[in-house]
Amino acid sequence: MSDFFTLSVLVATAASGIRLATPYLLASLGETVGQRSGVLNLGVDGVMLLSAFFSYWVVLKTGNLWLAVLVGVAVGLVMGLLYGFITVVLNATQGISGIGIYIFGLGLSDLLFRRQVGTPKPVRRLPDVDIPVLSDIPHLGPALFQRNLLTYLAFLLIPTTMFLLGRTTFGLNIRSVGENPSAADSLGVSVRRTRFAAILIANSMAGLAGAALVLQLGIFQPNLTQGMGFIAVALVYFGAWRPIGVMCGALLYGLVNATVLQWKALGIIPVNGSDLAAMAPAVLTILALVVLARRVSAPAALTRPFSRH
Amino acid sequence: MNGITKAFPGVVANDSIDFDVRYGEVHTLLGENGAGKSTLVKILFGLYQSDEGSIRLRNDPMEITAPAEAISARIGMIHQHFMLVPTLTVAENVALGTASTRRPFTDLDLVSERVADISRQHGLAVDPSVEVRRLAVGERQRVEIVKALYRDVELLVLDEPTAVLTPGEVDDLFVILRRMADSGHGLIFISHKLREVMSLSDRITVLRNGRVVQTITPAETSTEELAQMMVGRSVNLAPDKPKREPGGVRLEVQGLTVQGDREEISVRQVDLLVRSGEILGVAGVSGNGQRELAEAIAGLRSVEAGGVVRLDGIDVTDRDVRARRDQGLGYISEERMKDGAIAEFTVGENLLLVEHGSKKFTRRGMLAFGAINKHCEKLVEDFGVKTPSVETPTSSLSGGNIQKVILARELSAKPKVLLACQPTRGVDIGATEYIHNLLIEQRDLGTATLLISEDLDEVLGLADRIAVMYEGRIVGIVPVEEARRNQIGLMMAGVPEQEARNSP
Amino acid sequence: MLKSLIGALVPLLAAVVALAFGATMLLALGASPVEGFSAMFDGAFGSGSRIAATAVKATPLILVGAGITIAFRANVINIGGESQIIAGALLSTVVALSFPDLPTILLVPAVLLAGLVGGGILGAIPGALKAYASVNEILSTIMLNLVMVQFMNYLLRGPLIDPYEMEAGTRIPQTQRLSDNAMLPNLVDGTRLHLGVPVAILAAVGAYLLLWRTPTGFRLRAVGHSADAARASGMNVKRNITLALALSGSLAGIAGAILVFGSEGQRMVTDGSAAGFTGSAGFNGIVAALFGGLHPIWTIPSAMLFGALLTGATQLQRVLQVPAALAVALNGIIVIFVVSSTPVRGWIQRSLSEAGLFNRHNDTKTENPRHSRSEPGGLSDMPDPSEESGNV
Repeated sequence: MSDFFTLSVLVATAASGIRLATPYLLASLGETVGQRSGVLNLGVDGVMLLSAFFSYWVVLKTGNLWLAVLVGVAVGLVMGLLYGFITVVLNATQGISGIGIYIFGLGLSDLLFRRQVGTPKPVRRLPDVDIPVLSDIPHLGPALFQRNLLTYLAFLLIPTTMFLLGRTTFGLNIRSVGENPSAADSLGVSVRRTRFAAILIANSMAGLAGAALVLQLGIFQPNLTQGMGFIAVALVYFGAWRPIGVMCGALLYGLVNATVLQWKALGIIPVNGSDLAAMAPAVLTILALVVLARRVSAPAALTRPFSRH
Repeated sequence: MNGITKAFPGVVANDSIDFDVRYGEVHTLLGENGAGKSTLVKILFGLYQSDEGSIRLRNDPMEITAPAEAISARIGMIHQHFMLVPTLTVAENVALGTASTRRPFTDLDLVSERVADISRQHGLAVDPSVEVRRLAVGERQRVEIVKALYRDVELLVLDEPTAVLTPGEVDDLFVILRRMADSGHGLIFISHKLREVMSLSDRITVLRNGRVVQTITPAETSTEELAQMMVGRSVNLAPDKPKREPGGVRLEVQGLTVQGDREEISVRQVDLLVRSGEILGVAGVSGNGQRELAEAIAGLRSVEAGGVVRLDGIDVTDRDVRARRDQGLGYISEERMKDGAIAEFTVGENLLLVEHGSKKFTRRGMLAFGAINKHCEKLVEDFGVKTPSVETPTSSLSGGNIQKVILARELSAKPKVLLACQPTRGVDIGATEYIHNLLIEQRDLGTATLLISEDLDEVLGLADRIAVMYEGRIVGIVPVEEARRNQIGLMMAGVPEQEARNSP
Repeated sequence: MLKSLIGALVPLLAAVVALAFGATMLLALGASPVEGFSAMFDGAFGSGSRIAATAVKATPLILVGAGITIAFRANVINIGGESQIIAGALLSTVVALSFPDLPTILLVPAVLLAGLVGGGILGAIPGALKAYASVNEILSTIMLNLVMVQFMNYLLRGPLIDPYEMEAGTRIPQTQRLSDNAMLPNLVDGTRLHLGVPVAILAAVGAYLLLWRTPTGFRLRAVGHSADAARASGMNVKRNITLALALSGSLAGIAGAILVFGSEGQRMVTDGSAAGFTGSAGFNGIVAALFGGLHPIWTIPSAMLFGALLTGATQLQRVLQVPAALAVALNGIIVIFVVSSTPVRGWIQRSLSEAGLFNRHNDTKTENPRHSRSEPGGLSDMPDPSEESGNV
């Protein structure tokens, strides 16, 4: 245990925690926007898997990381169009539709991977970029300011999301259709258009999260996410539908995961004990839900399809 | 609006209605629930499309297919259920749907300034920076009016705006509305409260069954005549009710204090006694704790320490709904489609909601459909429920018939205590009379009935004693033979019994 | 008449759409759709033993699906089939390891019961969390899936690992070969058809009887349609919510026991993922239940169809080298299609009834136009559980 509490190991753990938090953060921030508009998307995991596969495949074929990121976002956008059509245009039940998207993404990414790639081959990873001056701060610098660009982007998107929701007309519309769509409708705000746009944002960020995941790992395999997308959805509840809260949740997750990995590497926990430790994040989520369930209130119209009557 | 027709599956809500309103007048749409008032104004506001007919605004033909188009034609609407987003501030609610001067960003500071201006100009005190969920009902309504004024509406529809207000708040509202009309706005006022209609309107259009009965001015008519037009025949507002001596105490409520949905105290130290063979009516303006009181007695809402509910002498304060029902409680809830009946269930299933597990209806752990169907068919016949069969989904029945199903279920259990909340709300006149007679019949059988109603006429007609509730308290209890309408009205506004009695 | 016709059309259309999508995928992957589909059909129904294999594949789907319908009728969504299958399998495995010498006539019922209990517990937990702590059951069941996979890995790599694997150092996460007495008896020689198949069918029929023929089922459905009305008429809503998920989980738990004791390897084995043991039956059961209109009886043929899809996909992989994951993608498409067709069907019915095609009695009028499309047994009769899940 004392091996763990050395400065260098702690810094390395923090650094890897922040890296591991990145996909969670991206997906959860997007999902926050979606849920604030009243739309729950349980398909995040499926979207992440699909975008992760396509990003991986692009890097494998072209070696171009930024093209891969772009493709990841585009895949998310396409899945958003599908999900928006199902839930906003057709008014289908959101919970099960999302599960459909998940199963579809799981199957298709698996299928395409086995057909187009076969065995996992490592690809280029996202390089870390040092921020001048700040990265030279002892200990803190390497942990916080020697990360990849998508990590920086994820953290930049926190204030962006806050600003979007709090200070723009679009954000005001999103919040109103998520709380009382009839009121918004009676004032001429298009509930469908607003929700559709929020879904597109949510899904393209899920796509970005998939790209970030695979480009940080440098490898793809079927069911790469292992339920990360579902945790990302839970983190929105965890963060009480606020970007800052969501960030805290994502960081907590990243750090817990990183600590477990570090302990395993240091032999602090036995090999099969790591399976038990791997239960921690999900158990933690359930406990958090129990504690928070009665204290925070979800957007009032969350999961409710809107129709005039 | 000319020749407006709108049909829903099974009903023609509007049948070639002609209606016009002039700028500078208050034109009232008067009618019973289901007469077609709301449908008509929803067509005007673009929430529904009419099947036939046309709308002209200042003589120009208009197609209004969405609220946005109504708003840009400077038509506003204040809905019966407020269209406010509780988690947003007043300014955000006002700004919603309007163009910002700083697109794509909001300009809430400018909005707040204008809201303050409008408030001052029209005597509407509202603070633009407060979240709407912190506001009282009357204040929320002012926000709705500010919203309309902010959009420079010329034509404003008010859908039953007084339903949730105390008499005092109603007077304030009427002053504001009158001022708006005088400054050139056209107002469409929807109501079924005759006295209010007479005092506020310049013209009145009476609707019945989706058709216009007549358009008339208050000077040309009287409340009695309007009532007759509204229901289509002379109405016996007071059912025949022979005097009867009450028996022993069946329901006893002592020191009952109950929290509301927002953890505010809704019922304060209420004491009530209801005897066998009497109807105790609870009168009051909506939202003064009646719902919470009923739910606490039914066992659906927990009570604060110290309060006691006794059914037939037995303390049931800590018992659940089941135990209270076993002790002889029948419950007709306020919102029939929320907790009275299940829309998707068949008529038979709804009749069985309480007693499905009893020995009569089960055999070897399975439901005994032979006995069940016989029971249900008998109830349908006894209570005159108009339904094709007991297998019919309840949702396809009219409100009155659903209410009869609920009464059949509750009364067939022969309750000692009946808790009847708004038993005739949204029910047509025929069914209302039937239900009133049932309640009196039940009284004569010895049931102790607690009747909670916002319809003062109903309470005056049915109750033996009237308890008036205001802000969670019982202001006073008056025997019906001593009760005068305006005295009860004053008490509903919080004036203590003695003072109210002395008023002219 | 017309209504039931439209009702039957939905699964048919969904099947057509899935076929069309499958054909497109096959084309895109460079295989002939005709060859592909015939390979799948051959794989699923080509011989007696293949039909038996399909039925065996369908068995967990029938059980999970029937459980899903119970939960759905009570207005709770059970996405936790995977965790409940695993719990049932683990508990029944422990029972078989503890009492290997009991005679078959006792041990087989014992392992099935253990499966039921294990799955029931994993259902009751999210049920109680929803009922008593307002925790959204969709999230909690999903989280429990993630928890149970790791717990299974822990047990199969640790306390329950085959001692031989330890000695040999290969460390494949699997139990030792379980007692012959615990194995589900084979029903037809030369095929894989075992006792689990009739057990599952009986369970589905039992679910139907429970829901529509008993007071308990009456309460579950009442709570599902309107918790408020159920409470006001004296039902214990919280207990019924917990019960619904517990029942749902216990059926999935039986599926877990059947997966172990109907397996060729006579042991519980994983590859470290949930699907490695369950074959994703916890999710595919949802698909089967939806496709069967959330009716326990219709879930049986529906599950057979998906069983066929799974065995067919294996054949597809063997013959045409098209990855079997195609079946998973198709499942997703089917869910999406069935779910989105429900509101569409509502529109069709409403516009037909407005046109006067459905005879409505003249003396009744509509209380609430939104509720006027209910039709017992159909999807539109189903409550929409997610509408209630605004709580955390």
